[in-house]
Amino acid sequence: MRTPWALNPRRLAAVARKEFIHVLRDPRALGIAIVLPIILLMIFGYALTLDLDRVPLAVWDQSRTPQSRELVSRFEGSRYFNVMAMSGNYEEVSASINARQTLMALVIPVDFGRRVGSGRTAQVQVVADGSDANTTTLALSYAESIVRTHSMEILGEKARRLTGHPLTLPLELRLRAWFNTDLESRIFIVPGLIAVIMMLITALLTSLTVAREWETGTMEQLISTPLRSSELILGKLAPYFVIGMVDMLLSVLAGRFLFDVPIRGSLLLLFTVSAIYLVGALSLGIFISAKAKTQLLASQAAFVATFLPAFLLSGFMFDIGNMPRVLQVVTYLIPARYFVTFLRGLYLKGTGLTQLWPECLLLVAFGALMLLLAIQSFKKRLA
Amino acid sequence: METVRTRALTRRFGDLVALDQLNLAVEEGEIFGLVGPDGAGKTTTMRLLTGILEPSSGEAWVDGLHAVREAEAIKDRIGYMSQRFGLYPDLTVIENIDFYADLYEVPKAGRNERIERLLAFSNLTPFKRRLAGNLSGGMKQKLGLACALVHTPRVLFLDEPTNGVDPVSRRDFWRILYQLQQERVTIFVSTAYLDEAERCNRIGLLHRGRLMACDTVDGVKGLLQGALLEVRCDSPRRAAILLRATDLGGVALFGDRIHVLVPDIDQGRLSIEAVLRAEGIPCHGLQVIEPSLEDVFTSAIPAVTHV
Repeated sequence: MRTPWALNPRRLAAVARKEFIHVLRDPRALGIAIVLPIILLMIFGYALTLDLDRVPLAVWDQSRTPQSRELVSRFEGSRYFNVMAMSGNYEEVSASINARQTLMALVIPVDFGRRVGSGRTAQVQVVADGSDANTTTLALSYAESIVRTHSMEILGEKARRLTGHPLTLPLELRLRAWFNTDLESRIFIVPGLIAVIMMLITALLTSLTVAREWETGTMEQLISTPLRSSELILGKLAPYFVIGMVDMLLSVLAGRFLFDVPIRGSLLLLFTVSAIYLVGALSLGIFISAKAKTQLLASQAAFVATFLPAFLLSGFMFDIGNMPRVLQVVTYLIPARYFVTFLRGLYLKGTGLTQLWPECLLLVAFGALMLLLAIQSFKKRLA
Repeated sequence: METVRTRALTRRFGDLVALDQLNLAVEEGEIFGLVGPDGAGKTTTMRLLTGILEPSSGEAWVDGLHAVREAEAIKDRIGYMSQRFGLYPDLTVIENIDFYADLYEVPKAGRNERIERLLAFSNLTPFKRRLAGNLSGGMKQKLGLACALVHTPRVLFLDEPTNGVDPVSRRDFWRILYQLQQERVTIFVSTAYLDEAERCNRIGLLHRGRLMACDTVDGVKGLLQGALLEVRCDSPRRAAILLRATDLGGVALFGDRIHVLVPDIDQGRLSIEAVLRAEGIPCHGLQVIEPSLEDVFTSAIPAVTHV
């Protein structure tokens, strides 16, 4: 009795050869397979920065004193702000925020210079556009830190004048961010991005292959032959696996040379685990394709089943720790989560299997499970 | 020995009974034609026999193997050509054949000779390197046949193989089938063309999932009770409607001629002439003719309207 798991190498090779021909004779599909990941990497890599700098700022300096100009120059000197407009009244301030020319306004009251000069507490006001809460929160914290630092300097200057010694603070905070010294989000985003893109591209590519054969009628012919589902599925995987690995290589190269993201871990481990992840993602696409039976439905299902969870629930964009409990549990089912963790660990910290073995093990389980599902789901029967 | 046998083979799709209690036996080396209009259940029968569709009830055996329990073993021994062109348009003629040769594990020894012979006998040799998608309809069918024959099957299932193919290619195609018959290949072919059905050794008339008749072509023709009269007259369309309104048998219009099935020749002749005379339609000729399959079909299937 023949089982669907038994393999005939000759039939497997025949299917693989045929699939390679399909891919190579369709330059458009091949172009998409190779170019799309690079375009996605560019778009997301450049546009999707979580850093905030050069916040457009309006300044309304009513004091017009050396003290107020000193504070303004601190904002001008910071890379986080860019003084776009000097306003003369509240109307101008609100007009420039409404027109989205500026995101924030610094309002210095008339008595600012006098109060600072005489050593009393002076107030400054920061008006911010609260409609974009994320950006504004960041910008406000930058503004607060500039004002606080400037305030400490004034205090220090005063102490030195009075006592002849510079002011010594009782506590001093020294910040040091490991693995990403400049806290650039690019370095953090690119590895995660590779995981998301690989998932999307591969599932999209394979989601069409089985459905296409059902649509064009070639499947009816195929299932009337002794071909087994394992031979068909593995044969179909072969060319897309090669394309996927080429995409992976291109993404890694682009990350290294275009985005300057260093790879601190082992390249061998990187590509081995990527290959496993790829088998899982490709099989998921085939599984969807075998179930959907039409190309349109298959590609839509593949998009929803891969891109959205990989993008939203993998920890790539949003920190899993901040998600509601229920969603956190769901993320354990998203293989991209483990691949994102793996890639970040390997890229940024250079960690290897000693730390990342649970992720790697889960990815192996994912790959094997999806492959089994894909083979099992394919039935050599109509209707 | 029976190569194909079915027992009360039935397939339902929801409420629709696509195939109803089919009992059939096809002898080895026969060309058996399954004949019927679209929607009669021909394709369903093909799919049940090739093991790619499961019956709702009943059983079938192909070359001694059970169509459900031993479906995969059957697939080694049969060649199947589905109704739609089932080959890859972006592969060349030879790549398509090679692909199927590999799927069927055609032994390396003698393989090239076999493929060359298939190409030659289907006149495809000059088009070996042409993409299958760029072939004409008739050549596509011949390529499909070559792929289905590459492993020298014992039984060949052809689902409306000459549908939409020009008459010359159709003749070529049938010449190939006769050659195969010489090699004792059993051929199970479905068709909606009655002239094509006449080329088969035996035929089964299928209508709405039921087998209406199953015999040799002459045997099926003999099922026709009575005699067939061919009427030639003015305004045949109106005449046919008038004749149909009488208690005469099957009335069918073939171009400008009317075929009327009558139980008795002389009695029928008189009745027809009376009807035409009453309406003032001049009659140019009235003669007894040999029934064709189409006549059998129209009389066997009264529900199908022929205008």
